[in-house]
Amino acid sequence: MAALVALGLAFPLVGHRLEDSVNGLSLGYRFDWVAIGVAAVFFGRLTIGLLGGVPRIAAFDRLKGLRMDWLGWVLAAIAIALPFLPFADRNLIDKATLVLIYVMLGWGLNVVVGLAGLLDLGYVAFYAVGAYSYALLSLYFDLSFWVCLPLAGLFAAGFGVLLGFPVLRLRGDYLAIVTLGFGEIIRVILLNWQSFTGGPNGITSIARPSFFGLVFSADPPEGRMAFHQALGIDYSSLHRVMFLYFLILALALLTNFVTLRLRRLPIGRAWEALREDEIACRALGINPTTTKLSAFAIGAMFGGFAGSFFATRQGFVSPESFTFIESAIVLAIVVLGGMGSQIGVVVAALLLIGLPEWFRDLQLYRMLVFGLAMVAIMLWRPRGLLSHRDPTILLSEMKR
Amino acid sequence: MAYFLQQLVNGVALGAIYGLIAIGYTMVYGIIGMINFAHGEIFMIGAFLSLIALLLIAALGISNVPLALALTLLFAMAFAALYGWTVERLAYRPLRGSQRLAPLISAIGMSIVLQNTVQLLQGARVKPLQPVITGGLVLMEGDGFVVRLSYLQIIIMLLTLALMIGFTWLIHNTTLGRAQRATEQDMTMAALVGIDVDRTISATFVMGAALAAVAGLMVTLYYGVVDFYIGFHAGVKAFTAAVLGGIGSLPGAMLGGLLIGLIEAFWSGYFTIEYKDVAAFAILILVLIFRPTGLLGRPEIEKV
Amino acid sequence: MSAPLLTVEHLSMRFGGLVAVGDLSFTAPSRAITAVIGPNGAGKTTVFNCLTGFYRPSVGRLTLAHAGQTHFLERMEGFDIARKARVARTFQNIRLFPNMTALENLIVAQHDTLMRASLWSIGGLFGLAGYRQAERQAVDRARHWLDQAELLEFADVEAGALPYGAQRKLEIARALCTQPVLLCLDEPAAGLNPRESADLNRLLLAIRDAEGIGILLIEHDMSVVMGISDHIVVLDYGQKIAEGPPAAIRADASVIRAYLGEPEDSA
Repeated sequence: MAALVALGLAFPLVGHRLEDSVNGLSLGYRFDWVAIGVAAVFFGRLTIGLLGGVPRIAAFDRLKGLRMDWLGWVLAAIAIALPFLPFADRNLIDKATLVLIYVMLGWGLNVVVGLAGLLDLGYVAFYAVGAYSYALLSLYFDLSFWVCLPLAGLFAAGFGVLLGFPVLRLRGDYLAIVTLGFGEIIRVILLNWQSFTGGPNGITSIARPSFFGLVFSADPPEGRMAFHQALGIDYSSLHRVMFLYFLILALALLTNFVTLRLRRLPIGRAWEALREDEIACRALGINPTTTKLSAFAIGAMFGGFAGSFFATRQGFVSPESFTFIESAIVLAIVVLGGMGSQIGVVVAALLLIGLPEWFRDLQLYRMLVFGLAMVAIMLWRPRGLLSHRDPTILLSEMKR
Repeated sequence: MAYFLQQLVNGVALGAIYGLIAIGYTMVYGIIGMINFAHGEIFMIGAFLSLIALLLIAALGISNVPLALALTLLFAMAFAALYGWTVERLAYRPLRGSQRLAPLISAIGMSIVLQNTVQLLQGARVKPLQPVITGGLVLMEGDGFVVRLSYLQIIIMLLTLALMIGFTWLIHNTTLGRAQRATEQDMTMAALVGIDVDRTISATFVMGAALAAVAGLMVTLYYGVVDFYIGFHAGVKAFTAAVLGGIGSLPGAMLGGLLIGLIEAFWSGYFTIEYKDVAAFAILILVLIFRPTGLLGRPEIEKV
Repeated sequence: MSAPLLTVEHLSMRFGGLVAVGDLSFTAPSRAITAVIGPNGAGKTTVFNCLTGFYRPSVGRLTLAHAGQTHFLERMEGFDIARKARVARTFQNIRLFPNMTALENLIVAQHDTLMRASLWSIGGLFGLAGYRQAERQAVDRARHWLDQAELLEFADVEAGALPYGAQRKLEIARALCTQPVLLCLDEPAAGLNPRESADLNRLLLAIRDAEGIGILLIEHDMSVVMGISDHIVVLDYGQKIAEGPPAAIRADASVIRAYLGEPEDSA
C-alpha cells in the first residue's frame, strides 16, 4: 500500500526531469529512480511492520529524572571551557558561536511563545531591527558596539510594542499571520529603501567590537591599542573568534538569567497564567494587553541584542539573512525543545543548527535533512524534547 | 479610466488564483484548526505537475489545445491530491490531539522538505514555458491605451467561478460535505454519530490540494515561469487572503483572494511594485484591528 | 441592613433579538450571602458576566459601594473590575491554570499587589528587599486560604492534576486571594458529592463571617442555597420573579411554577 502511494508520488516528479533545451523545455525520463524509491519504501514499510512499529528511544525519558538546574550548570561549564579544549579549532568555535546565536534567539522567543503562549512567526523582524540598528548607527554616527548594543535592544523592543499594541488583542492564529506579515514588511522595506539601508546589497564593513577599547587587529589604528599588545602576547586571528564566542555566550547567559528571574516574578507568572487561561486572568485583575505587550517587548529586545551581535560578527548585513525561514527555525527550536524549557532550547539548537553544520559538505541535502528532522522530532516527541516545567515557587521550600 | 480597467482585470485574475489556494487553507483551518504551512508547496508541486503533464501530453502527440489542457488539469489535480493526502497522513495525523503548535512545526518542516525535494529533483533554475493560450479581447481603447482581456484571463475567471459553485454545492449538498461541516463543529461528537473523522479530514486535504493544483496550472500558464520557490510566497499571500476574508469561510477565502489580488494589481499599477506586499499586509492588519475575525468570519461570543 | 454593597438597577442584556436579562434590579449587602437561582437558561451567568465586565450590558447601572468609594461596573474593563472595584469571581466550568501548581495559582491572583512591590519587575529583577517581603506576605495569604479550603497538602501539586472537588475549592481560594469585597461564585457546588458540598457550605459561611465580604452565589443545589443564603433572587427567562429570604422563596407560588411548570389540571 505504502509502495503504491510512493509510486504515485514519485512517478511524475522523480520520473520526469524538466530540462532546458533549444526550444524551451523538454522532458527527461528516469524511471529507474522511481523503481529504486518505491522498492525502498516497500521494504522499509515491511520492516517497520515486522518490528511492530518504530522502536522507542528511552534515553530521553530517563533524562526527566535528572535535575534540570544541575544539567544547566554542566552545560554552562562545558560552554565556557570549550575554546580551551585541545580539539577546539577556529572552525569549531565558529560553529559554536552560530549555535549560541540560535540559543539566544530561542531563549528570547521562548519568552513570547513558551511562557506567554503568543504565536510569533515574525521574530526575525526584531533580529533584523537589531542588526540594522547597529549597522546604521555605526555607519552614520560612528557609535561603538557597546553603545549600540543597548540601543539596538531598545529599538527592537520599541518595534515590538509598536506592532504588539494594535494586534495583541487578536486570537492566537490571527496573531501568527500578522507577525509573519510584519516580518515580511520589515524585510521588504530593508530590501527597497536603497538610500538608507543599501537595499539588497546591505551594509558592509561594519565596525568590529572592541574589548574595553582594545581592538582585535594585527596593526591597530593610530592611537588605539590592540588586544595582543595589551596582554603582551603574539597576535592571533583566533583571539577575535574567541572573543566573539565569549561575547555571545555572555549575552545568551544574560538572556537566560533574566528570563529565569522574570519567571519567578509576578510578570513572569502572569505570562504563564495568560498562556493557560486568559479569561481567568482578566477575572483576577491582570491586564492582558499590557502583560502580553511586555512579553513581546522583552522577547523583541533579546532578538535585537542577538541581531546586533550578528551584525558585528559578520561585519555586514543584508536583507537576505532575515527571511521567514529564520523565524521558522527559531520557532522550531523553541517548540522542539519543549515550550518554555530553557535547556530544551539548547538541546534543540544543537540538534537543528549544530548537526546540519557538520554535514555542510552535503550542501544540497542539508535543508532537506533539516526539514525531515523537524517532522521526525515532532512526531517522535509531540510535546518537545524536554517538556518538563519547574514550578516557580514551592511551599515545601519556603521557611515558615 | 482605461488604465484603471486594465488593473481591475489583472487584479481579478490574480485574485482568483489566490482565492483557489486560500480555500485549501481555510478548509483545513476550519476543520482541524491548524495552519497548513505545506499548502503553498502543494500549489508549487501542482505547477510543476502541470508543466510535466503539458510536456508529456505534447510528447504523446496530442495537439488539440482544449483537450491537452483538460488532461493536464486532471493529471495535476490527481497527483497533487495524492501529495496532499500523503502529507496529512504522514506529518499531521499522528499529531492530532497533541499540543497546538506541534502540527504547525511539522507543517513548516514538511514545507521545507517538499521545497528542497523539488529543488533537488528538478533543479533550482526557473522553468520557462512557451505561451499555450494566446490572444484575447480588446475591451476598450482610449487615451492611447488598450485594455486587454486575454482568453487566458477569461478561462481563469470562468474556471474559478465554476469550481466555486461546484464546491459550495459539494459542501452543502453531499454526505461528504455534511460530514465535513459536522467535523468542523465538533470532532468528538461527529465521531460519536458515526462519521469517519480521519477520512473526512483526509478528504479535506485532498480537495484543498486539488484546488491548489488548479491554481498551479493557472500560474504556469499565466506567468509562463515556474520555480521551486513560488510556493512560499503564494502560500503566504493566500493565507493572508484566507484570514482577511475570515478564516473558515469559503466565500471569505474567495473574497479575500480577490481583494489581495486587486490590492496588488492597483498598488503595482499606481504606486511602486516593490511595496505591493507591504500594502497587502498593511491592509490585513487594518482589517483585523477593526474586524478581528476577518470580513466574513463569524464573530465569536466569548463563552465564559 | 446597612447600605447595600452592590446595587443592580434596570439591568438588561440583549444578544441580537434574544433578551437574556430584562430590566433586572436587586441589591446585595456586605457580610451576607445573596443567592441568584432560576431554571437553566434563566440568565444567571449573564448577570455575572455583566457584573465582572465580560459583557457590556445593553442597559442598566451596576453600582458597587465600598469604603466610601463608588464604582460603576458597567463602564469598567473586566480586569479593572477585579483590580479596582475588587469583585472576584469563579467560573461554572472551572478555569484554573492547569499546568501551574495550586500555590502558583494563588500567587498569580495577587498579581497587582506583587507587581507594585516589584516596581513593575524592575526592582524584582535586582532582588529588592521590599519585593521579597511582599512575596512572603503573598505566600502567607495563599497558605491561609489553602488551609481554610483544606488544600494545604496539595500546595505544590499542579492544579490540573487535583481531584474535581479540590479544583472547585482552589478556584474559590484563588478568588479570595485577590482580597475581594464581593465574591461571585458560579455554581460552586456543581458536581460535588454531598460530603464535599457540606464542606463547601462551611467554607462559604466562614468566609462571610470572618472576612465580612459579600457573596453572590449562583447555585442549583437547593441544599446549599436554602442552607446558607441570607437572601434569594429568583430569575426566570431573564426576569426577576421573586426575591426574599429562603423561607419566603420556598413558599412562593411563582417560584414553584417556574421550577415545576404549570399544574397539569389547568390544561
